[in-house]
Amino acid sequence: MATAAYSPRRGFFTRPRSTTGKWSWFFTVDHKKIGIMYCVTAFIFFIVGGLEALAIRSQLAQPNGEILNAEAYNQFFTMHGLTMIFLVVMPMGVGLMNYLVPLLIGARDVAFPRLNAFSYWVFLFGGIFLYSSFFLGGAPDGGWFGYAPLNETLPGHGMTFYALGLQILGVASLAGAVNFIITIINMRAPGMTLLRMPVFVWMTLVTAFLLLFAMPIIAVALFELMFDRAFQATFFDPTQGGDPLLWQHLFWLFGHPEVYIMILPAMGIVSDVLPTFSGKPIFGYNAIVFAGAAIGFMGWGVWAHHMFTTGLGPVANSAFALSTMFIAVPTGVKIFNWIGTMWGGSLRFTTPMLFSIGFIAMFIIGGLSGVTHSIAPHDAQQQDTYYVVAHFHYVLFGGAIFGLFSGFYYWWPKAFGKLLSEKLGKVHFWLMFLGFNLTFGPFHVLGLNGMPRRIYTYVEGMGWDFMNLLSTIGAFVIALSALVFIANVVITRRRGEEAGADPWDARTLEWSTTSPPPEYNFEEIPIVRHRDDFWHRKYIETPEGEPARVLAGGAVATHEHEAGHGIHMPSPSYFPIVAATGLPLLGYGVIYFNSTGKALLVLGALVTMMGLFGWVLEPGAEERV
Amino acid sequence: MRFLDFRQGGRARFVALVGVLSLVAVACETGDAQDVLSPAGEFARAPDRLWNLTFGIAVVVFVLVEGILVFTLFRYRFRPDRKASQFHGNTKVEILLTAIPALILAGIAVPTVSTIFDLAEPREGALQIKVIGHQFWWEYQYLDEGFVTANELHIPTNTPVELTVEGGLNDRVTGEAQVIHSFWAPRLAGKQDLIPGHANQLFIEADDPGIYFGQCTEFCGLGHAEMRLRVYAESESDFEQWVSDQKSAPEAPSGGSLAERGQKLFAEGQFREGLNCAACHAVEATPEDVAPNQGPNLAHFAARDTFAGAILKNTEENLKAWIADPASVKPGARMPALGLTESEIDAVVAYLKTLE
Repeated sequence: MATAAYSPRRGFFTRPRSTTGKWSWFFTVDHKKIGIMYCVTAFIFFIVGGLEALAIRSQLAQPNGEILNAEAYNQFFTMHGLTMIFLVVMPMGVGLMNYLVPLLIGARDVAFPRLNAFSYWVFLFGGIFLYSSFFLGGAPDGGWFGYAPLNETLPGHGMTFYALGLQILGVASLAGAVNFIITIINMRAPGMTLLRMPVFVWMTLVTAFLLLFAMPIIAVALFELMFDRAFQATFFDPTQGGDPLLWQHLFWLFGHPEVYIMILPAMGIVSDVLPTFSGKPIFGYNAIVFAGAAIGFMGWGVWAHHMFTTGLGPVANSAFALSTMFIAVPTGVKIFNWIGTMWGGSLRFTTPMLFSIGFIAMFIIGGLSGVTHSIAPHDAQQQDTYYVVAHFHYVLFGGAIFGLFSGFYYWWPKAFGKLLSEKLGKVHFWLMFLGFNLTFGPFHVLGLNGMPRRIYTYVEGMGWDFMNLLSTIGAFVIALSALVFIANVVITRRRGEEAGADPWDARTLEWSTTSPPPEYNFEEIPIVRHRDDFWHRKYIETPEGEPARVLAGGAVATHEHEAGHGIHMPSPSYFPIVAATGLPLLGYGVIYFNSTGKALLVLGALVTMMGLFGWVLEPGAEERV
Repeated sequence: MRFLDFRQGGRARFVALVGVLSLVAVACETGDAQDVLSPAGEFARAPDRLWNLTFGIAVVVFVLVEGILVFTLFRYRFRPDRKASQFHGNTKVEILLTAIPALILAGIAVPTVSTIFDLAEPREGALQIKVIGHQFWWEYQYLDEGFVTANELHIPTNTPVELTVEGGLNDRVTGEAQVIHSFWAPRLAGKQDLIPGHANQLFIEADDPGIYFGQCTEFCGLGHAEMRLRVYAESESDFEQWVSDQKSAPEAPSGGSLAERGQKLFAEGQFREGLNCAACHAVEATPEDVAPNQGPNLAHFAARDTFAGAILKNTEENLKAWIADPASVKPGARMPALGLTESEIDAVVAYLKTLE
């Protein structure tokens, strides 16, 4: 029912009324639905990127492999990287942020709900746009790093799709970043001071700031690339006075903060999961938060360690070697604090806990191999070999992906009201843990034995055969583990255990509302008095300093008969998806810059403008049905 | 179908694989042609010393931290009677655990920076060679001796060699693009990128005579995997002999021979688009020829072990297959198939075989 404070005037631009049914997903502005859509879409891309990885590993299982030719291989490794970075790890993190940040800070939605929906649709269309290249003459084939001047000289449209596809995805990230920063700064519940925020919220804030400053840099580089490729500009063409190194500086000045954009959300997840299953508050909250922020700052000063072999000279190499070494300090602080969180606890090894522990164990390895990269003279040996491939898979798969799965298992009951099967979850974890190490452990040895990256074939007799075979077997074990996860999801949907509001005896606000939460999240906006406020509602400290359960403490109010009464929630909107639709049209217009292309440019611009006009002119709310 | 004569059965070695929560999984492998951990000259040994230090420290830290992690998991696992202690942190421990890694890293930083500067020092009396990366082969210009060769680099042992490395050139005939490559012969030195428009310096040195393998390590397009290289380290006298061979003019094939017909086809044939081999390949490596060529300089080609980016053994069979259709042998090869007949190919191969 709801009588809005203002009387909406029905005009040309209206808002959809329904918040249920399948069409509601297209027009929703509910951060929870958008979060779920982000995660589902990213998971589908995870499967696609994984299949690309399986093809790559099959090709490299033996010397002189004949599964992929050089052309297909180059497209596959490029798309594998782009997919896993831009279409999997980033959006999975953003999906969880979307779902959780308002719940964790006691808000009813994000600051700009329609902008949030717009981010999602731009991300989805950007991903589809990038993948459409496979059907339009070939996918990008210059590596995710797309070094100039190769990125300009590769034939076909592949690298133009790269330039425009990443540009579109960048729009989604930027819009999301602004939204999260403003949400976290402005929408916290009363009493939720900055240093009472859950660590995941802190890491979201740092990530959002990194995105806000990193995406414009890559946007500049991509625009320059677009002009070079589509309109014969010469930003990176050395024969015309351009400089290939310019691309590398721009790319890595974005690219290294990007690494932290991918890992910080996972660090936040782990920092919230560990205390719950250790039955303890997090160890050194301030240190963990400041370490995260320090990583966010220092992350801007290490980019040239990707360029130790480009001849920057001994002074620059020394400076970046030092900064790279010392960024290990805040990372180490986090690891010690996580172990400290478990120390003295009573550890329940549930699936989310196992994934979080797996994260720590693997991140230690990735972090240490990272330190070995910082010794610049030897990095000249490691650069562009499988040793580096091992390193970043240990931090981004063993790290980020394990952390994200930890988050999925942890918050699944909150989002869907049912617990994922613990039994299958553990099978999933151990298979993935084993498969992961079997796949990427051997890469260390291969790299040190001189196997370069991005080669579609190698000859026998190099000493690389056995480790490559081992790695390929591992890749299929990972694939199997992903199937177990999917089976778990399907089985849980059919007959999963009802979760209740607080299945894990958890500590933060999202567990104080129903599972799944109502559209408006909280019946009443909570008033926060402590860090881990929900825990303090459930337990008081005895004189001996031990927690004692408060009778009926933390009970979840479910006044279903008057649910939502008087709570103003933003209405769904048609226009985010409309505005987002124009962007890929603009992209195709630039790629096919003939008369059809120019028509597409006009069409795309009109669609996006119409979307924005509708956005501005639609009524503030619509009466609910 | 690729005929590489890598030294089979190089010494067996054991490599420890940094594995799951342990340091096990040991695998026995042969082959150390590009082994980073077997440096064969000073410019590979200096980084290797740093590696040994850092890797040693990393292993200790790994064992300690993972050990503490596993201990924690075991010691504090759930027991019905176990109460979790409710502490929030410990400032002293935290400061200590921040300071220790910082000190360890400082210990690595000092030798790292001094090695960086050491390796950048100019070396007196170094042999000067210019290396140019092409899609997908290497051009070597011996600046003082004044000749050019390709893919197989010859150097004297126990002499520092200063490589000036640069990216290749745009070329309208072969369609070669200007891209970045990276020169890497792991047993002799770390890699250095060849960037169009930037000249970079790389020092290499070999202690002992031998063939040192390497390949391009910056993704450069379709043929990247097959842009390999070899460094032949030779004793002073062998090297001088090789240099004087390179500088000598090739003997003309005897009149009326198949090779003479091949020479004619090579230099004057009118194949696809009026091109012939000489449109891109020079066969004399005289000082005047030091100017960049469009294809590898073929002076003394018959004396080389391999061709086509050091991936094919220099046999008649391989040469014939290559000339007939280069791109089918090596994806992305810029050399066009000129449509020579079989007998023409035979003649050209016979001619190439005379270029001792």
